[in-house]
This record gives sequence, C-alpha cells and structure tokens, in this order.
Amino acid sequence: MKDYLIFLWRCARLSFRGNWKYYTWMFILTAIALLGLNAYTKQLVAGLVTTGMTDQVSWGLYIANFTYLVGVAAAAVMLVIPVYIYKNRELHDLVILGELLAVAAIIMCLLFVTVDLGRPDRFIHLLLRFNFPISMLTWDVLVLNGYLVLNLHICGYLIYCAYHKRQPSKIFYIPFVFLAIGWAITIHTVTAFLYSGLGGRPFWNSAVIAPRFIASAFAAGPAIIILTLQIIRHATQYPVADAALHLLRRIVTVALSINMFLLGSEVFTEFYTGSAHSVSARYLFVGLHGHHALVPWIWSAIFLNTGALFVLLTPLSRRLWILNLACAAMIVGIWIEKGMGLIVPAFIPSPLGEIVEYTPTANEILVCLGIWAFGLLLYTIFVRITVPVLQGHLTADSDSTDIPQQVDAS
Amino acid sequence: MRLPVVKNQESVHSSASSCGDGCTCSGGANPYTGSTRPGMTRRSFLRRGAAVTGGLAALAASLSPLRDLDGDDIPSVQKFLQKHYKEMSGEEMEEALARIRKEVEKRYDVRPDIRDFKPMDGVEFVYGLNLSRCIGCRKCVHACVAENNQSRDPEIQYIRVLEMPRGSVDIEDGDHSYDRATVPDENHYYMPIQCHQCANPPCVKVCPVEATWQEDDGITVIDYDWCIGCRYCEAACPYWARRFNFAKPTLPKADLNPNMAYLSNRPREKGVMEKCHFCLQRTRQGRLPACLEVCPTGARKFGNILDPQSEVSQILKTKRVFVLKADVGTLPRFFYYFDERDPISDIPLEASSEHAGESA
Repeated sequence: MKDYLIFLWRCARLSFRGNWKYYTWMFILTAIALLGLNAYTKQLVAGLVTTGMTDQVSWGLYIANFTYLVGVAAAAVMLVIPVYIYKNRELHDLVILGELLAVAAIIMCLLFVTVDLGRPDRFIHLLLRFNFPISMLTWDVLVLNGYLVLNLHICGYLIYCAYHKRQPSKIFYIPFVFLAIGWAITIHTVTAFLYSGLGGRPFWNSAVIAPRFIASAFAAGPAIIILTLQIIRHATQYPVADAALHLLRRIVTVALSINMFLLGSEVFTEFYTGSAHSVSARYLFVGLHGHHALVPWIWSAIFLNTGALFVLLTPLSRRLWILNLACAAMIVGIWIEKGMGLIVPAFIPSPLGEIVEYTPTANEILVCLGIWAFGLLLYTIFVRITVPVLQGHLTADSDSTDIPQQVDAS
Repeated sequence: MRLPVVKNQESVHSSASSCGDGCTCSGGANPYTGSTRPGMTRRSFLRRGAAVTGGLAALAASLSPLRDLDGDDIPSVQKFLQKHYKEMSGEEMEEALARIRKEVEKRYDVRPDIRDFKPMDGVEFVYGLNLSRCIGCRKCVHACVAENNQSRDPEIQYIRVLEMPRGSVDIEDGDHSYDRATVPDENHYYMPIQCHQCANPPCVKVCPVEATWQEDDGITVIDYDWCIGCRYCEAACPYWARRFNFAKPTLPKADLNPNMAYLSNRPREKGVMEKCHFCLQRTRQGRLPACLEVCPTGARKFGNILDPQSEVSQILKTKRVFVLKADVGTLPRFFYYFDERDPISDIPLEASSEHAGESA
C-alpha cells in the first residue's frame, strides 16, 4: 500500500516536470480550463439562462459534446480488438494510450452531463431513487461509470506492473479487457437509445441511430488516435510504427464508409417518404419556413466527411500528412454531424410546430472549451506518466532524476 | 479540477524545504533552475512560491462569481436531507410543509395555506376541449399563470393556444403568436394545448430519479424538491407540456396565490421542471381548474371519467372526439371534440372545402 502511494506520489510529481514546451502547453490548457470554470460558476449563479437553450430547444452544445465524446471513449476498442483478438503486434504497445484516451473522454462526458443539470446539488438523488431499468439515462449512468472503472483498472494495473518491472498476471486484466470490448459497444448503444427511444421526437425515433453512432464513433475516435499517436511520437521518444497508423487508417476508412452509408439511408428515408415526420430533417438540410441556421453546418459536415472518405479510399492517404488532413476533416465533420446535426434539429420545430432556433452563448461555449481543455490536460498527464514507465525510465527502483526531460503536447 | 496543479506545487515546495537523506525528490531535474540536491536556491524557491500564489489567485478569480450565489440557492440541511415525496411519512411531510410555509412567508410576506392533497378514491380526471367554441382569447393561459404561481419574468405558461387554418388539423400549420385583439378570426379555429396527463406518459418513463410520476387520479406530478433538472422529460414529451426554470422565477409579492399544494402550485426554484397538474390544489377539493373557470365560451369541460353521469363521460359517448398524436401511443386524458353544428362558422360548405383543397 505504502509502495502504491509512493508510486502515485512520483507520478504526480512527474506531471509537473517537463521542458518549456510542456509548461507552455499545460499553462494554456490550465488557463482555458479556469476560464471554463469561471463561466460555469456564472451559470451556477444565474441558472441555465446563461446558455442559448430554451424550453423549445432544451438540449444544446453540452449534450452534443457529451454524445460525441461517448463515441471517442468507445473507439478505444478499435485498438483493443486488433491486439487482443487478432494478436496484432504493431498496435500492442499503443493500446494503453487508447485506453487512457477513453478514460479522459469518459471524464469529459461526465462533466458535460453535470454542467447540463439544473440542480447539480441534488446529484445524490441518483443514488437514492434510481429509475432503473426504465429510464435510459440511468443505464447511461451505469455503463459510463462502469466503463470508466474498467479502463482505469486495466490501465492502472498494467502501468503499475511496468513500474515494478513485473510481468502482468493475465487473470487480473485479460477478462477485464474482453469485458471492456463488449462494454465499449454498450456505452454508445445506450447513448443512442437515449434519443431513439423517444416517440415524441420523430427525428431521433429511428432504429439506425445506434448503428450510426457506432460507425461514426469508430471513424472519429481512431482518427483522433492517429493524430494523437503522431504527436506523442514527436514529443516523446515513444516508438509508434507507421504500420500501426496505417492499420488505423484502414479501420477509419471502413467505419467512415459505413457511417456515410447509414447517413445516406437516413436521408433517403426522410426525404423520399416526405412524411410530416421529416420536418426536422428538412430544417437541417434545406431549412424550413425561412429558418436555416443549421444548413451551412450540416453541409460543411457532409463536405468534410465525403472529402475525407475520398482521400482515404485513394492511395493518397498513405502519405501521413494527407492522412492527417483527412483525419482532422472527419473529426470536425463528425463532431458537427453528431452534435449540431443530430441533437439540435430534433427540437426544431418543437412538438407543437413552433420554430425556435438555437445559438449557443459565449458563456456556454466557454464552459465547453473549459471541459475540453481539462480533458486534454488529464490526457497529457496520463501520457506524461505512462511513457517513462513503459520505457522503463520510471520504475520502483529507479531514481527519478534519470527520467529524461520529455515533452508531449497532444 | 484545477486543484492538483496548485496542491502539487505546494507539496513540491514543502518537500523541497524539508528534504532529508534518501529523499527521492530532487532538484536535479528541476525544470526551473537545474539546481541539484539537497536544497533549492533562493531564486527557485521564490519562483515556485510565485507559481503557487499565481495558481491559487487564478483559481480564486475563476470561482469569484460564486460570491453572488443567492442564499436560497444553498440548500439548508433540512432541505438537503428531505426525502422523496413517496418516502415521506406524515410527520416528515408536515415538517416539509412547515419549512415551505416559512420560506414562502419570508420571501412573499404572505402566510400560505399549503397542504398535501391526495387523490380522491374512484376519481380519474379527464379534460375535454370543444374546438367549435374556443375563440382563442388566451384567458385560460393567463388564469393558469395567476393560479399556479408561475414565474412572471421570464413568464412561464402551461397552455399554448394555436391559431389553426380551417381545413387543417396539422399543428405544423398553427400560428403560435397570433394577435389576441382580432380573435376570433373567421378563417381560423383555435386549439389550446397543455399537459395531456397521458395514461402512458413518456416523461415519467425517462426521469432518471423518479421525480415525476402519475398519481391514482391520472395527474402526472413533479416533486420540485427532487428534480435534478436534466430536462430529459422535456425532450420526451410529444405535447411540449413541460417547462424548465432556466432562471430564478420571479413573482411579485402581490401576485402570489396563497392557496397551494406540495405537488402543484407552490413557488418553484431555479433549475427544476414544472407543468400543468390540472390545478390539483383545486380539483382534489371538488373545484374546477382555473383555466376552465375563466373560459368565456364554455369550451372547456373537466370531470371524472369513472362516473358515467359526468359531463366528460357524456361527451365521450356522444360527440366526435379525437386526441392529438394518437400514433405516439401516449393515451392522453385530454381530448378535443366538436359540436355537431359549428356555431362560429358561417362559411358556406363550398368555400371551406376550397380552403381545404388549398392547404392540402
């Protein structure tokens, strides 16, 4: 126990050491996170009136980011499956970086849900009267926290073993790895059911939402991992093989193709049928009665995603910088498609046919940026600790002075 | 969130000043000075001190808006420990009512008559709305606000009246912001919509903390002291019947209705949901809802569907009746009906069928 505390203590100390790039990066993230905290305290005082949400559009940017990040968290499984099921070697040493990304993403998800609550002070009520299994939100609370615990256990155990130069005992983590694979699918499925289970919102009330969520998550998540791995490779001496990046490229290509196919099916059904149920889709894609705030958003998302898919399907994407461009395009494209493009239009028009548009306020955007910055801060610290441990620079018997001055800026 | 930064810098600082033999903390890798064990230089000590102070100051500054937090926003111990409505014993309910009484008196200078009315045996309420009679005057909207102590700024209304073109029953065609001074317009009819008190309510299903439920007389209620404000119920409702207190409700002292019930019109707080509850503080005492009482045309009918002699039972048996969005399976207890002959309309049959053709 004492030994474990010393380990945590050394990890904590390590996260405050680095070169000037590391300090600059961390300083900027801390500053943005603090600005976000400041914006959130303003929201606490005045209420959610500080956001752009209304009784008509009662969920906005917070829930959109939450949805997107659940996908990012679930996508870690795209590293786990090749390694643990197909015994892929290139990705073997990188799995843990993906799992840590999942941990950071889940923490961000939980923060996004918390800032969306009108009465966060009553959080305890979730423990006292839990509407399980009827409410999908209670399922979400369970699976998200469960996934967090699973990944914390797996990562923590492997890192701690490396710290002690011990061979990890399979019984302590392999069963959890396989459990986490299934669990990753459930977190995003349950999040999709949150929306698709509502009969009063025809835009969400579609069976294709859950598969679409999974497909878009498995595209955007590994795209984020591709970029992150290269940054880690650049900032630390941690070996990341190009072959690993190209395997992820293939995964992203397949997932993005499926996502575009599902989106196309959705659009076809909505528009060809032309039923009254397609008003939200019409508002999203072409505008409704002179209101078209979301039209430029969704078309830029479609443009970014098809562009990325085109590049990925051609040999062009074997060049890393082109691959990176495609990844960046789809990370943004899917964020729009799943956030502004999926959460907001379900509320427009309202169930009574009223059109009230939604524009997030500056305060709301600051809160979101703050949470993103905090998540990146966490992930940077995770990587800062993990890389020296896995490389054997920080072990139980090493002197911490041996640790090279590494930076990373993910 | 930001605490680890500050805390750890502090610890680095303290350990550095008390380093002993065998201590692994070291200045060797000190990024600031590159100084070596055992101690740190005066300059690095000052720098770290400045970093810690700066960090703490930034944290304090970012938390500073909390100074404006209202005293009412910080729950008292009693309120924090208050149980869910269904778990409260009679005594505990009395305590809660006493607390609310005190709070209301403090805020509005009026001693309220607040009670916890239970559903009556053998009663299931339904509401009928006569579309042939409604003239769209919105008197019901405002009577409801006055009766139920809604926030006046921003004003929260439970009833929304749509001005509908004749020939359409599609609420997409309704006008929400028509001018009340010109009603009734002969080319339109009027459709008020409020909570339908569904027998299969999607809002109740989705609530993660069971803060909303259906009572035995069919009224779906909210425990305002239990709601966590996630607004999932608002997303689930197909009739847009639920409202959220985005800001602290404001209600002038003179406008407070002192006759209130725990589950209905007692003053609400910021960050919780509210909705129509068929004026249960009135109807559970045998009175009629405020929106019905104020209606100048008698378009609103309310009563017990379990009583075959009640007016609503008669209407359901004899009139042409429909419910909104029957396809979503919510089984509303709020229905619309027409008189056999339409007294508002003088439009000849041909003209109205032409119009129907246009809007189709």
